[in-house]
Amino acid sequence: MSSQPFDTPKAWDIAVAGLIKENPTLKMILGCCPTLAVTTAVGNGLGMGLATTAVLMCSNMAISLLRGVIPEKVRIPSYIIIIAGFVTVVMYVLKAWLPELDKALGIYIPLIVANCILLARAEMFAAKYKPFPSLLDGLFMGLGFTLALFTISTVREILGSGTWFGLVLTKNLWAPAVLMILPPGGFLAFGLVITGMNRLTNGKIATPMCATCSPERCAP
Amino acid sequence: MMANIVQQIVITLLTAILVENLVLSKFLGMCPFLGVTQKTSTAAGMGLAVTFVVVVTAGLAWILNYALLVPNHMEYLQTMTYILIIAALVQFVETVVRKFIPPLYKALGIYLPLITTNCAVLGVPLLNTAKNYDLLMSLVYSFGAGAGFTLALILFSGVRERMDKADIPATLRGIPSALFAATLVSMSFFGFQGLFAS
Repeated sequence: MSSQPFDTPKAWDIAVAGLIKENPTLKMILGCCPTLAVTTAVGNGLGMGLATTAVLMCSNMAISLLRGVIPEKVRIPSYIIIIAGFVTVVMYVLKAWLPELDKALGIYIPLIVANCILLARAEMFAAKYKPFPSLLDGLFMGLGFTLALFTISTVREILGSGTWFGLVLTKNLWAPAVLMILPPGGFLAFGLVITGMNRLTNGKIATPMCATCSPERCAP
Repeated sequence: MMANIVQQIVITLLTAILVENLVLSKFLGMCPFLGVTQKTSTAAGMGLAVTFVVVVTAGLAWILNYALLVPNHMEYLQTMTYILIIAALVQFVETVVRKFIPPLYKALGIYLPLITTNCAVLGVPLLNTAKNYDLLMSLVYSFGAGAGFTLALILFSGVRERMDKADIPATLRGIPSALFAATLVSMSFFGFQGLFAS
């Protein structure tokens, strides 16, 4: 990547882009695997979101600092190694201090490495801009991801187990629809939340894209 | 003894394909599941490429894990080792296939670079490690997982080819309608749950 000075976006714009306009999960449809897999309970969704945010902030910062150093040709493997390093740190921090969350999230914690959001932000933002804006971008993109996970897991936990953060809500109102916390419910809740977001923002969903792929590769 | 092993292989294979389907119950490899399933032929190509890479990666990951990492108490490098294997392997496979088997490259070439960040490919070795499989079972499970992935992609692309012709409200067009269709496909696979007592 060239180190040409770009017009650095303002903090406010970065925040709006991460949380709403370019929400990585609901608008860009990146990082679908954890979005569907760990949103059976609000606690898990929130934990996954915050763990990813931590990794995203660190990796964005590190990649931005190294943006003149990493040769263009090996940038993708380099980014992946940087990301994998931070994921390992977060994984062991969780193992030490939040063993229950670590157990609940299981292999989806090491799988943060393969979350497209991280590579996408590295390519689209951290490789071009200074460390501080990159850190902010990581923070708000991560929070946007967390927000999406929080919303989806709220829908799933309330409908599927009748609780919210483990708090019993619908004890005598209706029997929980167990389907919502099973795999099919994940697709259903994700679809509903995206539909809602579409409806609210009246915007078109960007085509789903993996970070490393150009459009012609994705739609051959 | 022999019959025991064969039985174990069959059960592991069917579990990986049907009960623990990579896409529909483990949610791994969602990007290709939503991204390249507009046409059945591309879905099949992606499925084959993933199956191939997953099996080789899982084998190498098992060998490196138990020959290098575990004896030296370096399990904390697992994630990094596995992703490095994948990155290197994908590059290597791409080069070799392009040089020696051009028709295969023509069929799979475009999918290979996408595989590096495919969580299915990283997820399967991690699952193998979590399940404490030996080398043979790792390979069997990985093959089953790849076959299950291919099956899900092909089935789903069939559904989507049909949906292309349907008149869908603007808010639901694209991803939301695809997700609702995936709900139904996933539900049908859910029928396999509890097929084997674990």
